[in-house]
Amino acid sequence: MILHTLFEQCLKHEVRFFNEFYVLDMMVDDTACHGVVAYELATGEVQVFQAKAVFFGTGGYGRVFSITSNAHALTGDGMAMAFRRGLPLEDMEFVQFHPTGLRKLGILVSEAARGEGGILRNREDLDNIGSGKDGFMAAVAPTVKDLAPRDMVSRAIYNEIQAGRGIEGSGDTGSDYVYLDLVHLGADVINTKLPDISHFARKYLAVEPITEPIPVQPTAHYAMGGLPTDLDGRVLRDSKNTPVNGLYAAGEVACVSVHGANRLGTNSLVDIVVFGRRAGRDMTRYLKTAELGHIDPEPDAFIRGEIDRLQKGGGQENVATLRIEMQKVMMSRSGVYRNEENLTIARNTILELRERYRQVGVGDQSPYYNTELVEAIELGFLLDVAWTIAESALQRTESRGAHSRVDYPDRDDENWLKHTFITMAGENEVRFDFKPVSITKFQPKPRVY
Amino acid sequence: MQVTVEIYRQDAETGASRFDTFIREVDPKDRVLDVMMEIKDQDDGSIAFRKSCGHGVCGSDAMMINGINRLACQTLIQDLKGSLIRIEPLKGLKVLRDLIVDMDPFLASLQKVTPYFIPKTTAPVREQKQSIAERQIFDDTTKCIMCGACTSSCPSYWSNGEYLGPATFVKAHRFIFDSRDGGDAERIEALDDRDGLWRCHSIFNCTDACPRDIKITQAISELKRYIVARR
Ligand SMILES: Cc1cc2nc3c(=O)[nH]c(=O)nc-3n(C[C@H](O)[C@H](O)[C@H](O)COP(=O)(O)OP(=O)(O)OC[C@H]3O[C@@H](n4cnc5c(N)ncnc54)[C@H](O)[C@@H]3O)c2cc1C
Ligand code: FES
Repeated sequence: MILHTLFEQCLKHEVRFFNEFYVLDMMVDDTACHGVVAYELATGEVQVFQAKAVFFGTGGYGRVFSITSNAHALTGDGMAMAFRRGLPLEDMEFVQFHPTGLRKLGILVSEAARGEGGILRNREDLDNIGSGKDGFMAAVAPTVKDLAPRDMVSRAIYNEIQAGRGIEGSGDTGSDYVYLDLVHLGADVINTKLPDISHFARKYLAVEPITEPIPVQPTAHYAMGGLPTDLDGRVLRDSKNTPVNGLYAAGEVACVSVHGANRLGTNSLVDIVVFGRRAGRDMTRYLKTAELGHIDPEPDAFIRGEIDRLQKGGGQENVATLRIEMQKVMMSRSGVYRNEENLTIARNTILELRERYRQVGVGDQSPYYNTELVEAIELGFLLDVAWTIAESALQRTESRGAHSRVDYPDRDDENWLKHTFITMAGENEVRFDFKPVSITKFQPKPRVY
Repeated sequence: MQVTVEIYRQDAETGASRFDTFIREVDPKDRVLDVMMEIKDQDDGSIAFRKSCGHGVCGSDAMMINGINRLACQTLIQDLKGSLIRIEPLKGLKVLRDLIVDMDPFLASLQKVTPYFIPKTTAPVREQKQSIAERQIFDDTTKCIMCGACTSSCPSYWSNGEYLGPATFVKAHRFIFDSRDGGDAERIEALDDRDGLWRCHSIFNCTDACPRDIKITQAISELKRYIVARR
């Protein structure tokens, strides 16, 4: 509804759309952003858009992981472009896994299901399906049970699976799952209050939620981190709040950090509406005096080179192979639970995959609607984003919000009450800076439910 | 199970077309979109089709699958009742390459019915309340994802590309029956026209094709009645 309303209002205000143009690079220098470079899918042409100000709303990066609720288009493009251009990314270690994705598909079964009274069950609990009796969450969070925060429920599901109590009992978090039981709610509640969820279960899993439990597993859902911005959506170039003139971002690509280390359900849309608007207002103010900046004589040279290499370089590596390897290693080693060993393996694997990415070749030579080429470019973005996630997670030696280190299970406010800023420092090197967390009304405290 | 997948191919430059055939081992619960992506990943990367959300929300992967318009992401192999899967682009829209069609005329048609909210009053209001019953009247038509499956299944649209088509009527319905909206006049002018509502012969193809199960033909007859009553 929000998306359609936005589209309709854009039509009303005669906003000019460049449909199916993929932005692949941003033109930034030491002071400001001067536009973007985009690839036109219909023609294969690379176009330069010189601009006084640019706003990024390119969304998250769910496709870094093998199980995700996110669209195929969500490949972290905006974050990767900024990172490549030497800008920092903030709090990339904080990735939200929603506890209830449809098994294998990752399609979201929203909180509404548990809000109405849905109960999670493991394999030892099958007799209780339809009874309305407590499931395994009752022991984890005795007061709120199945309505505990997303990160806690996701971890609880992983614990069940690891202990061999997943429905298949394989103990493999990649393939095993638990049940979401709605049966006791009855046909009326399920059909009238949970129409989307029951539609998904029926359509995609051929499961009838009125009589059968729904197989679910945690699914990569939301990026708390991203391009650091101030309250007016201005992108910051360092941890000292220096803005990049004319560069704005809001939504999932940005990290204004209203969600801290763990977003609460429904808050993303609030974030978008509030900070999208604030950024727009500040942009109009900025545009009143801004001048077109100086751009490189060949601002599209890098992108043209990349396209040329991918199409004509004769590379033998396959996009899908690398993508699947990345998604697997990130899901299993940089996912719901993390530790130093796994994160090191994840980081090293991503660095190897980035190396192999240079040998990727695209078979399709056509300039028109070359979706294979776009997918290859998106893989490059995904790998860079995956790298920043693994590196940021590796250095944060504590557990906070959605970032859960088995080897450092406690929150450590003394050392880690700060935001991570990661910047590219070389081909395979990153640098970290930190920014203190501003705490106003709500003091951090242990979460006990 | 083993399936034979026949995919329509069309060269973007020459317009030459053919079907490519792929034999795959699949799970009956696999979705057609997953099978297509696997073919693209493993057999032929050059197959061009649109996709994004992967669960029936964005409307980008409407195509003709075994003769019926549907979303590839929402169609399971077992829904097709057989081992032959034939995938073709939506009819009535120009094919740009393989399964990618030109959606511009579709969007242009939408524009003709002023497809945005026009407040009844000009006074600044913070919030305009609506009862549940008022909202129910047009709830069904708010579900449209503009995938084009309906319009491109309509014989009236195939024979005349100027015809506004069912998706545009759905959008018009969403606003005309919204108690807060005051933009009837402009919309009705476009609807009550040679290329508007009266070209609809209630063939029901659109209703059958809609992946959101919107009762499109019913919405169209509600619009027809509304316009006649206003005359
Ligand atoms: C299934 C699901 C349910 C959710 N439910 C809720 C909810 O109930 N409440 C809530 O608050 N949040 C919810 N969220 C989270 C919320 O929807 C997202 O965080 C939010 O939509 C992000 O909005 P955005 O505008 O930042 O980016 P998006 O809506 O992701 O849009 C990004 C856009 O940028 C485009 N793009 C990306 N890269 C490029 C490029 N290189 N060039 C050109 N275009 C590009 C993409 O195609 C896309 O259109 C949900 C998320 C999912 C996946
Ligand atoms: S991919 Fe979005 S509707 Fe099918």
